[in-house]
Amino acid sequence: MESVSWYLGSFKMSASAIIFYIISAFILGAGMLAMMTRKIFRSAIWLLFSLIGVAALYFWLQVEFIAAVQIIVYVGGIVVLIIFSIFLTQQSGNEMPKQPLKRTIASVLSVLFGFGLTFLQIWKYDFQPSTKNFDWSVSKIGSQMLGTKAGGYALPFEVVSMLLLAAMIGCIVIAMKTPGPSTNGKAKNRDLETIREGSETEITINEITGT
Amino acid sequence: MNDVPISHILFVSTALFFIGMYGLFTRRNMITMLMAIELILNSVNINFVVFNKYLYPEKLDGIFFTIFIITIAAAEAAVAIAIIINLYRSHRSIDVEKASEMKW
Repeated sequence: MESVSWYLGSFKMSASAIIFYIISAFILGAGMLAMMTRKIFRSAIWLLFSLIGVAALYFWLQVEFIAAVQIIVYVGGIVVLIIFSIFLTQQSGNEMPKQPLKRTIASVLSVLFGFGLTFLQIWKYDFQPSTKNFDWSVSKIGSQMLGTKAGGYALPFEVVSMLLLAAMIGCIVIAMKTPGPSTNGKAKNRDLETIREGSETEITINEITGT
Repeated sequence: MNDVPISHILFVSTALFFIGMYGLFTRRNMITMLMAIELILNSVNINFVVFNKYLYPEKLDGIFFTIFIITIAAAEAAVAIAIIINLYRSHRSIDVEKASEMKW
């Protein structure tokens, strides 16, 4: 009884700790639901909540810039993109097929062992928090991001900008429809495929009408 | 702020990482696997920010790594979704087990 009340007392020590535990429970609960529900659209929505929870964790850590970037890029960009692609590729009401039990058990076990190992490592390690004040500001980030002296991130910045350009062009090329008969090989294969599919559907239609 | 030890925040990010790993192991739908990868990248981002804030507050490298990871995650998601949609066009399915040949 004593120890329980002591634990409760230490948990209630500050409001910020309580807020942290609420946020982390939210993140983990939403993430777990996102990975376990069998309806893909619900999965996307739970992922959205989990990412919002991570943004809240950044707000709690008082790195508001990263929190804002997280909300803009992840919540406003990536999740919307994922929901678009869900609507383009499947019927959102359908449930995904159940996985074989063996695979589920194996993955649960491996995940638990991995978590246990990492947990022990973190638990045993003695972190020495620095007492200095964490001083970030957007102007500091900006001047270091484009700095060419020691500690500057000008080169990675340029490389990432090239990568974004390459990704954009790559997306357009991949998602573009190949123009019909002028391209050889590919188009022929696709025509064969459609012919095969067509004959299959014809056969099924004949079967249906025959019976 | 300081009454939550670093290790508790790291436990949260570790748990998030392994939830993502679980999703990556069990799901066979490409879009849900992409979601699992996003969760994993998020847990790594939390780690970077926490290490930067608590252990090396005089530097900003963790913040930069987080920003770059978010950028690359966005690019990666866009390319992955383009590939998925293209695959759906040719195979009528986005199940990884059904996309067994690499011809198209």
